[in-house]
Amino acid sequence: MAHDHAHHEETFISKYVFSMDHKMIAKQFLITGMLMGLIGLLMSVFFRLQLAWPGESFPILETFLGKWAPDGVMDPNIYLALVTIHGTIMVFFVLTAGLSGTFSNLLIPLQIGARDMASGFINMLSYWFFFASSIVMTVSLFVTSGPASAGWTIYPPLSALPQAIPGSGMGMTLWLVSMTLFIASSLLGALNYVVTVLNLRTKGMSMTRLPLTIWAFFVTAIIGILSFPVLLSAALLLLFDRSMGTSFYLSDIMIQGEVLTNNGGSPVLFQHLFWFLGHPEVYIVLLPALGITSEVISTNARKPIFGYRAMVGSILAIAFLSFIVWGHHMFITGMNPFLGSVFTFTTLLIAIPSAIKAFNYITTLWKGNIRFTPAMLFSIGLVSTFITGGLTGLILGDNALDINVHDTYFVVAHFHIVMGLSAIFGMFAGVYHWFPKLFGKMMNKQMGYWHFWLTFVSAYGVFFPMHFLGLAGVPRRYYSNTAFPMFDNLTDINVLVTMFAILSAVAQGIFMFNFIYSALRGKKAEQNPWKSNTLEWTTPVEHIHGNWPGDIPEVHRWAYDYSKPGMDEDFVPQTVPLQDGEEVH
Amino acid sequence: MIQLLLAVVAVLVVASVVQIVRILELTSELKGGNTNAVTDKDNRNQGLLMFLFMLGMMGSFIWMWAAWGDLLLPGASSIHGEQIDNLMAITMGIIIIVFFITQPLLFYFAYKYRGKKTGQASYVSHNNKLELIWTAIPAIVLTVLIVYGLRTWSDIVNKDTSDAQVVEFYARQFDWTARYTGADGMLGEANVRNIEGANIVGVDLQSEEGQDDVLGRSEIYLPVGQPMLFRFRSQDVLHSAYFPHFRVQMNCVPGMNTQFAFTPTKTTDQMRQETGNAEFDYILLCNKICGAAHYNMQMTIKVVSQEEYDRWMSEQTPLANS
Repeated sequence: MAHDHAHHEETFISKYVFSMDHKMIAKQFLITGMLMGLIGLLMSVFFRLQLAWPGESFPILETFLGKWAPDGVMDPNIYLALVTIHGTIMVFFVLTAGLSGTFSNLLIPLQIGARDMASGFINMLSYWFFFASSIVMTVSLFVTSGPASAGWTIYPPLSALPQAIPGSGMGMTLWLVSMTLFIASSLLGALNYVVTVLNLRTKGMSMTRLPLTIWAFFVTAIIGILSFPVLLSAALLLLFDRSMGTSFYLSDIMIQGEVLTNNGGSPVLFQHLFWFLGHPEVYIVLLPALGITSEVISTNARKPIFGYRAMVGSILAIAFLSFIVWGHHMFITGMNPFLGSVFTFTTLLIAIPSAIKAFNYITTLWKGNIRFTPAMLFSIGLVSTFITGGLTGLILGDNALDINVHDTYFVVAHFHIVMGLSAIFGMFAGVYHWFPKLFGKMMNKQMGYWHFWLTFVSAYGVFFPMHFLGLAGVPRRYYSNTAFPMFDNLTDINVLVTMFAILSAVAQGIFMFNFIYSALRGKKAEQNPWKSNTLEWTTPVEHIHGNWPGDIPEVHRWAYDYSKPGMDEDFVPQTVPLQDGEEVH
Repeated sequence: MIQLLLAVVAVLVVASVVQIVRILELTSELKGGNTNAVTDKDNRNQGLLMFLFMLGMMGSFIWMWAAWGDLLLPGASSIHGEQIDNLMAITMGIIIIVFFITQPLLFYFAYKYRGKKTGQASYVSHNNKLELIWTAIPAIVLTVLIVYGLRTWSDIVNKDTSDAQVVEFYARQFDWTARYTGADGMLGEANVRNIEGANIVGVDLQSEEGQDDVLGRSEIYLPVGQPMLFRFRSQDVLHSAYFPHFRVQMNCVPGMNTQFAFTPTKTTDQMRQETGNAEFDYILLCNKICGAAHYNMQMTIKVVSQEEYDRWMSEQTPLANS
């Protein structure tokens, strides 16, 4: 299958554009994900301005939003569009494609000892479908009736009826097209990752010697293969209802004075189909970040990851359970209350493997010799935010408690802390840690420190206060809280949140600067700058097709022999054969 | 023009920062050593920052509880609501305990085991007994929470509604209409196809049950202590009827009837005294994204004595006569 690329004539197009090399594709995913992320970030600053100072005029809003912010005050419709596209971009384009696409592509072949992915061609397609999806989503921002505005969850009938909100016209159609392309990209990528991990491991790389990053990416890919098609089906049925007069989700509707002919459909059906993907999706977002954290923490604590088998077991348990909890997003939809009980039971169960992971991370630090690289800081930050966000999940997963916090800022706090903090921290850790592998250069350490601390403090400052807003009854997706006197005394909290949000956004400027500066003019990296055990650090700094100049190395041990007694150094790469009398881990 | 100048300034600032960083890197290299290698000093500083962050985080959370604790919703004004509040208090208590154990441990370890060139990590890689303990304890705690939670839920959704007073809440972009049963205690059949004139919720006026139904608009009354059965319909898109003070929430779904049963326990006057807010009112909010004015879809609820409620009801006009 893998043929010798050494005699291949490379053009600019085949090297940088339609590359089939997993390392180049990883970079393509990263850059595209980061650019989309900047758009999503800017949107969040805009709507936070509106929430802190409702009705105030901000010239910058008019500059960016044009007719949607006359005299610098944003229109309620565009507010809903901003939160919709912000959510869509962050969950899918940044934390799914940007995170999995980058690191699964970069690390799977390198860490298992393969020349490239099983199919370089399919890999190349998976990126270009993602690119096309990003273009369509970006273009949808400019249509006259506005981008999709029914929330990133796009529940019908709101998302099916342009008469209900302008963004449900062309904007929603383009959203559906974009997501169809996105799902194609994810499926193509995931299939490749699974096949590669199963078939192309080098000699000696048994499944039990795989680094936890690979376990995480592998299981994530399986989750994706099983769940994304259901989102596609939900989207297709929505397309039919929108354009072909079907009634999958619609029944007994009067809108703008007209009684629609649709009969027999149920909006709850959409919710079941959506969340059947939607819940596993959040683990698709989180597991790679957790895998990266295992790697970064053990390498930088100079200790084996504590409880490797428990960590693998908990990844598998989380993956399995993630398929049977989706109804916790739907406790008050009017579905049969008995279902609510079932989903509370399964949801609280998923707390167990999550807790096991958190305890194992903490114990990995215990008695370590910790080297605080920026990647390590972000990984420790991830453990902290994972604990915080995970704990509030116990409230939201309990159907009786969810009654009063569903769709309030309590939920917004929870999912941002686990995704907008934990998962993105995993992504940052991955970028800082594998930057030498991606670009052959080192990122600036001081800027990394500043980036971490500003982000960590300000991001907690944005989302922790939101728990209080939620417990005070403030609903999400509200353009303004000024319509209800009961929220008048919460303005200060909203202002505080927005200030932290602006600070957090500015802090990302440090990261972007560091990233671009280091990629272009950074100091050249050595081959194994972190003194790590895994196989990717045995490849040359300059990328070559096929990864290793000679034979692929053989593996003789697991990935976590750090500070092993009786060895010369505090790390033993996986390629080092067992010494005489050495005990196998 | 201003914007062009701002753009030029921005470019110049970035260019200057690039040069400064370059200079810093070069001078550091001249002094010898690798700018990006993590030193013992770095580890000491970052470890210390970790510990200080932990103190700051704990401190600020305590401050937030102290400063904002009384901005939260007041105690529940319904029977099941009090059960929910108890469950919430216990769950919160457990969460806070776990939080204040695990977070300090994480950051303390980060500080205590900060790296030194001369340091040595321990090779200990697993401990099955420990895994068992920290699996079993969460499992037990969660089982307790699950059982308690499911019993509370079961109480809420399996109420005996034979004596309940039925009130329907009809949601549409962007207001609420309440519908009372009138003297016969039954709501008439309704569908969007019957909407006409004053019959804005589409009651079938041919049926007897529907003719005495009474509509309520921006402000409605409910009798205290009377078991209620709220039913919900929607005219156009999903809405959600959120009565935060009653701990009641239920989606309003076009094409489907949903419902929620509860008993209000405190009158509006009582709440005004208890909260010290003379302007307090029970409120109904929309809590499912429904369009541009989703943020302003409301109805005021007044919970009053049975007598006052009866008096108010006698002043309302049945649908057939409007």
